This record gives sequence, C-alpha cells and structure tokens, in this order.
Amino acid sequence: MDFDFSPDQQQLKDQARRYLDDHCSSTAVRAVLDGPQSHDAALYAGLGQQGFLGAAIPEAYGGSGAGYGELCVIAEELGRAVAPVPFSSSIGLCAELLLRAGTEAQKQRWLPGLADGSVIGCLALAEQPGRVTPASLSSTGSHGRITGTKRPVTDGDIAHIAVVATKDAGGGVSLHIVDLQAAGVQRQVLTSIDPTRSQAQISFTGAEAEPLGAAGAGWALLNAVIDRAAVLMAFEQVGGADKALQTACAYAQERFAFGRPIASLQAIKHMLADMYVSATLARSNAYYGAWALQADAPELAEAAATARVSASQAYQHCARNNIQVHGGMGFTWAYDCHLHYRRANLLALQLGSLSEWEDRLVGHLVAKRHAA
Amino acid sequence: MNFDDTPQEAAFRAEARAWIDANAPKHLHDQLASAGYGQSPLASGDAIAESKAWQKKKQEAGWACLHWPKEYGGRGASPIERVIWQQEEGVYGKLAGMFIIGQGMIAPTLMGFTSEEHKRRYLTPLASGEEVWCQLFSEPVAGSDLAGLRTKAEKDGDHWIINGSKIWTSGAHYSDHGMILTRTDPSVAKHDGLTMFFFDMKSPGVEVRPIKQVNGQSGFNEVFFTDLRIPDHQRLGAVGNGWKVSLTTLMNERMSIGAGMPTGFPELLDFCCEFDTGSGKAVDDPAVRSRLAQFAVRTSGLKFTAYRSISALSRGQIPGPENSIGKLVAGTTLQEIAAFAMDLQGPSGVLSEGDQATARARFQAMLLRSPATRIEGGTDEILRNIIAERVLGLPADMRADRGMPFNQIPTRTR
Repeated sequence: MDFDFSPDQQQLKDQARRYLDDHCSSTAVRAVLDGPQSHDAALYAGLGQQGFLGAAIPEAYGGSGAGYGELCVIAEELGRAVAPVPFSSSIGLCAELLLRAGTEAQKQRWLPGLADGSVIGCLALAEQPGRVTPASLSSTGSHGRITGTKRPVTDGDIAHIAVVATKDAGGGVSLHIVDLQAAGVQRQVLTSIDPTRSQAQISFTGAEAEPLGAAGAGWALLNAVIDRAAVLMAFEQVGGADKALQTACAYAQERFAFGRPIASLQAIKHMLADMYVSATLARSNAYYGAWALQADAPELAEAAATARVSASQAYQHCARNNIQVHGGMGFTWAYDCHLHYRRANLLALQLGSLSEWEDRLVGHLVAKRHAA
Repeated sequence: MNFDDTPQEAAFRAEARAWIDANAPKHLHDQLASAGYGQSPLASGDAIAESKAWQKKKQEAGWACLHWPKEYGGRGASPIERVIWQQEEGVYGKLAGMFIIGQGMIAPTLMGFTSEEHKRRYLTPLASGEEVWCQLFSEPVAGSDLAGLRTKAEKDGDHWIINGSKIWTSGAHYSDHGMILTRTDPSVAKHDGLTMFFFDMKSPGVEVRPIKQVNGQSGFNEVFFTDLRIPDHQRLGAVGNGWKVSLTTLMNERMSIGAGMPTGFPELLDFCCEFDTGSGKAVDDPAVRSRLAQFAVRTSGLKFTAYRSISALSRGQIPGPENSIGKLVAGTTLQEIAAFAMDLQGPSGVLSEGDQATARARFQAMLLRSPATRIEGGTDEILRNIIAERVLGLPADMRADRGMPFNQIPTRTR
C-alpha cells in the first residue's frame, strides 16, 4: 500500500503552488471580485501554457497525458488560491464529457483548445430551483437544434462552448455540444454569492447543436462525469479548507487580547483543532477519491461521494470559523476571509448540493452491502 | 497511490492467512463477530482464559507483537506487515483487548528505559500474554493535569517506598505487573519531580478495588499503595525524569488506541438496512440517509487517515501527534451513533438486555460505554490541546502553576 501522491506529483503540486503564488495573489483574486471581468483571463491562459489544464488530457489531443493524480494536486492548489478561473467547468466537466463520449472529430476539434486554455467549456444543465433530475428539464433538442433556458450555468458567460442537456420525448436525457457564438444563443450574466466565479443564464432558441454521445444516454454519462468532477472539486475544497485554517492560525497568533495571543485561549484553540480535524478527514477522503479516479476503480462513485460530502463540509466549516477567529475584522471586505466563505458556499452547491451527495453516498453504500 | 500488496506483502499475507486458518479458535468466531462496542468479546465462557490461550499460540508461532525484535518475543516485522496481520486476524483481534495497554504502551517504555536483563525477562511473557501489565498514572486529583499526581516514592537504601493511590487503572484486577508514575520530589516544579517504576502487582502493600462504572461493568480499578517496596533497578529512566518517560507511553497510547478505533458505523448501516420504522426501512428515510452519510465520511476519513499514517511509517517517517484525531473523532461518533440508533427504535430504545432489546442491545451498550472513550487516555479537550499546540504550532495554555514548586501549587485545601 502506498496511500500518498508520488514524488513527481508532489513536485508538480509545489510547482503549481509557486506559479499561483506569483500569478494568483489575493490582489489578483480581488481584481475579479471588484472589477467588471468575471474571470482572470491572463491567469487562465498561463495555467494552460504551464500544462496544468491539460494534465489529464492525452497528448493526442493537446494535453500532457500525465494523469488524474496530477490533475488532483493542481485542483488543490487552485482551491487554495481561490483562483478565479473556469477550471472545474472547462476541464472537470466539459473536457471529461468530450473524452468519454465525444467522437474522434469532436475531440480533435475541442480538446486542444480546452487543454491550452484558449477555449473555455461549460455544462448547461440546471433549469429551475431544486435538485436536477431528468424530470426537472424542459429544454428540447431535435434535428440538430435545441431550445430552452438554462440557469444558472457556471462560467456560462465566458465559455466558448457548452455541453447542453435536453429532455427527449421519452423522458430520457440527451447531450449536445453548442458553440455559444452561434445564432439563437442569448446570454445574461447573473449575480451570485461569489463574484470570482461567473454565473449566467443561457437561452437557446433553435440554436445549432451537435449530439454528444448517443441520444437518450445523457443521464448516465452525466452522472459518471459528475462523479469524476466531484473528486477534482473535493481537492479544490480541501485546498481552500487548508488555506482558511492556516490563515486563521496565523491571525490567532498575531492578534492579542487580554494581554495574550488569542491562539492561547482554549476557546480559540479548540475551534482551530476542530477545523484541523475536518480538513484532515476531508483530505484523507479526497485521497480515496484520487485513488479511485486514477485507477478508474469500481469504487469511484462511492469514493467521489465520500470525498465530496467530506470536502464540502470541511471547507464550509473552515471558512466560516476563519471569519469567527478574525472577529469583526473577518467581516470586512478588506480582509480575505470572505473570499473563502463565498467560494466554500459556492462550491458546496456545484455539481449537486450536500444533501444530494449524502443521498448518493448512502445509495452506493447500501448497494455495496447488498452485493457483499 | 495504491492499496496493492507488493509481492513480498502478498506472500506475507498468504502466510498469515494460512496460519490463522489452521490455528484460530473458530468455535469463538460467531460470538466475537457479534460482540459490539462496550460488550464483552465473548457473551459466554471465560474471556480471559480464551484471550490468553490465543495470545500464547500466536506468540509461540511468531505472530504476536509483530513489530518487536525477535529476541524480545516479536517477529521483527515491518509496519505494513503488522497492518496486514491485523487485517487478516479480523474478529480474533478482539481477544487481544486485554493486552493492548501492556503491549502497545508499556512495552515501548520498557524497551526505551530499562536494562537489557529486564527486557529479556519481561518482554516475551508480555508478548505471549502469560504476564499482563497495567499502567498506573491517573489519580483522584490528577487526571488531565497528570503531572499534578501525589503518589509518593521515597528512597530507602536500594529500594523506593510507595504510598498513595491510583485510579482508572484498566485491568489492574488481572494484571501481573504495573508501571507507575510517582512523585519523588515535591519541592521542584511539578513536571520535574516525577519518576517512573515498574513492580509486581502481587507485592505486599498493593490493594486493588474495582470501580463500578456507568455501564455496570468494572474494567477500571482503584489501586492503593501502603509502603509498597520497589527495588531501584526497576526504575524507568532517571530520577526526576518520569514526565519524559510518560510521554513515550502516552504517545503510544494514543496511537494504539487511535489506530484501529471503531466508530460503530458498519453496525449502524446494517441496522438501518434491516430495521423497519413502521413506514419502511430506516435506510430509505431521507433524514436517516443524511445522518448515515455524515457518520460514513467520518469513519472513512479516519480509515484513510490511518492509511496515510501507515504509508508514512513505511517510508520511515515517525508518526506524530496528528494521530490524536483517531480517538477524538471516534469517541464522539460512537456516542452519536448509539443515540441515533436508539432514537430510531422509539420507546423500545430504552431496553438494554440482550434478548429483550433491539439489535442485541448493541447500541445501548455503546451508549453506556462511549462516555469513557472520550475521557480515557486523554480527554477530547486534551487531544484538542495537543492538536492545537503540537500540530498547528499554537502557543501553550497559560498555566497558573507554571514553574511553581509542586508543594506550593494552590489546591482546594491549600
């Protein structure tokens, strides 16, 4: 057993951290938070040039083909830096959907751009509040045209292409690739709790669409890819949780009250110890997900749900208590605490909410028990 | 990143499995498998005799205390081999409960702080279970503040005379030897005046009184000392160095307690899959599923944290205080799982006798034992201090008695 990342993967992680330290300081994140743009385009292009985005995309399609373990450590560093980039939409979802269901021509056409960051992809799935199920969709597609309104679409306003889910007459789900510059596509930017990641509404009115995968096979494909994306997102969350914990520890040591650093008060120490416990459990569960993703193991769905439930909670826990440790200063726009608080709560709702992942996890555990 | 055995590990696993298959006390298998947390490993029969018999058989064949050197009764095995053995031993490992303190905590202290002659005399019988050891640290007035202990040791020629009392001594009633932390100098700061010894529990001047616990069992004891004489050669470490010696024991205690800590989750999942609440199986209720998922991720988080530690160990890194999370998470989870399972049982959840209660009363036994889990071997609060100070590097607590001679520290009566 060797339940850790390899020395090469650790080295890549260090490299990604150094790159992000230089190119994604909190000043850079704040430029997106406070400015008109909804992502850091220069940073995203740089991540592409460094080969970070294409780590798990085969060389034949413009990636480095290094692997999913590599992509996990990169995701962790992006999460730590609260990077304002469409990594999870473009790489975690769009590229994965193409890799698993795209035709050779589709892969050749889109993957090299996704890998070098010149093309941004997104997944247009949700349409209305509540859990996304096939029944919750009303968008339709036929004869290469789709119609319907998707909301919210993460990174929908900056994406070049979208994978769009529509409902078939028989109730099944089909996926399509849509060039978002095409006629019949209307986009509107939406305001969200985390302005460092964009949200949009996209309306399709007979927009030209290419089928992705077999008609009616979309739901199973989505679930398989969402499991994979969930592992990567768990690493983003683990990175963010770790950073929020470190920030809180540093502040508690420099802030004095009652003649002593507040870090020497048990009420604060124990809060920080509990954050460490959540972050550690989440990291260990995320490693399980990374193993399953790298090995393409039969346990992937269970591992992804485990990683996801654990990481959503840990990041939310660490982000909210980071504010608490900072006291009033933590509630100011000037301190960075809210960057994590926003991102933690945004990520907890991406790819399905916590209660949805809890339900999925128990489903997998019960199925495993019956099989045993 | 992989869970695969190397060819050598696979060979070791096959050898262990074959030996267990040929030698394990299979007639006890079902009883052991159904024993829950807080329940005796054997519902009927002599658990001590069966435990000792299995331990001796293992030791004679080289399957006890695998990571110890061979000359002291172990196997000289690698950390990974030890884990493989535990996986293969499965439910029979429950028979080792009474040896954990001696083998897991006292033995490392003996190895580090006693003479070669003593190591050769005591370690092999400890490994084989023929001699059982207990650890005498806590006192009625010294729990979390262990260094505030008062049991006195006074030099008398080449002996020490011990007077005082200890409490929460697991297994003192069946132990052959004890390791005791005493105060040899009350005029210096509390951590500086302590000295560690070991002694024969059958010596004159030792009286053991079982403590009746919340759950009705008596695993813990009070032990009283009246002029107990211990020869100086049974001192562990230098005079006044007992605190440092005790840290070796305590860190090993937290590791051996934390490494394989159950949380009760597999039992809860089984229960929820089988139990009908009146409106269907419990596991189909969304509220139940949410709680189950929470318990599941804590349980798997502990398991994979342990796997990360094992991987670090096999790369030659020394496990540190980060292992404190095992017991911290497991203790609370056991308590919450017990209460949750009983909640699902409704009014019948109060019944606690095996054949009348639901699920063989395993959750009631867990409920009544779990408060101790959160206290023994370092309370939840002490573990949080350890994580905060030794993992996160936060400043130590400010202490009112810092540097003060022990005999001047304020107490309720002073």
